[in-house]
Amino acid sequence: MADDHKPRPVYTNIHVSQIVAYRLPPAGVVSILHRISGALMFLLLPLVVWLLDVSLTSEVSYERFSSAFVAGIGIVPAFLLKLVMLALIWAFLHHLIAGVRHLWMDATHSVSLQQGRISALITLGSSIALTVVLGAKLFGLY
Amino acid sequence: MASSNDTFGSKRLVVGAHYGLRDWLSQRVTAALMTLYTLVLVVQLIAGPKLGYVRWAAIFSQQWMRFATFVVIVALAWHAWVGLRDIWMDYIKPVWLRLTLQVATIVWLVGCTGWAVQVLWRL
Repeated sequence: MADDHKPRPVYTNIHVSQIVAYRLPPAGVVSILHRISGALMFLLLPLVVWLLDVSLTSEVSYERFSSAFVAGIGIVPAFLLKLVMLALIWAFLHHLIAGVRHLWMDATHSVSLQQGRISALITLGSSIALTVVLGAKLFGLY
Repeated sequence: MASSNDTFGSKRLVVGAHYGLRDWLSQRVTAALMTLYTLVLVVQLIAGPKLGYVRWAAIFSQQWMRFATFVVIVALAWHAWVGLRDIWMDYIKPVWLRLTLQVATIVWLVGCTGWAVQVLWRL
């Protein structure tokens, strides 16, 4: 009787070398970027606390905070600091919007393929658009 | 009949997960708190005159804002812990390495939390 069963399929994790061959749907892109942006913010957490520290502690330290974005700080040039901040801004916005998307899906059971696709595209588009707007401010374009 | 595939008792797989509602729920509750806090902070930043040290420091020296910021610092650490633990459980298979990374994650988060609290309360 047991011989009638077909062998059960085995699913394994894809290997790193296979990733490029996979065409991820927008929801998949949002998902992996959610993870990457979270990991990035975790790694840069001491930088964020340091920025909070120097910007809040005193007027003198606030000057150091401001000048870091103009003249650099230590061996880090201002341009590099701004690029890291740009990455942080994108990571925060993407993580926030993708998280709200999750809460919205949980709350309203909006889990059809079509809803997932549209909300994923909105997440990607709005986080990049807001990053461009805030990034332009960071780099002094307005 | 016990077979070699049994994974209970002394042969239980040690994966460090609770498989429960608690982590899922705590990650969402902390996320909602941080989102709310972000909105509250942004409203204060865009409402008012040009931002400089005096206005920036004044925002965080309000007692209710310290209260809220402290809650969010703890929420962030808790949220990040759940997220990082997920990452280690997904990609890191050797138990000794996973445990080491989990301990390092906790050290990192607790250290940053302490520093942020110090900044907040000496203001």
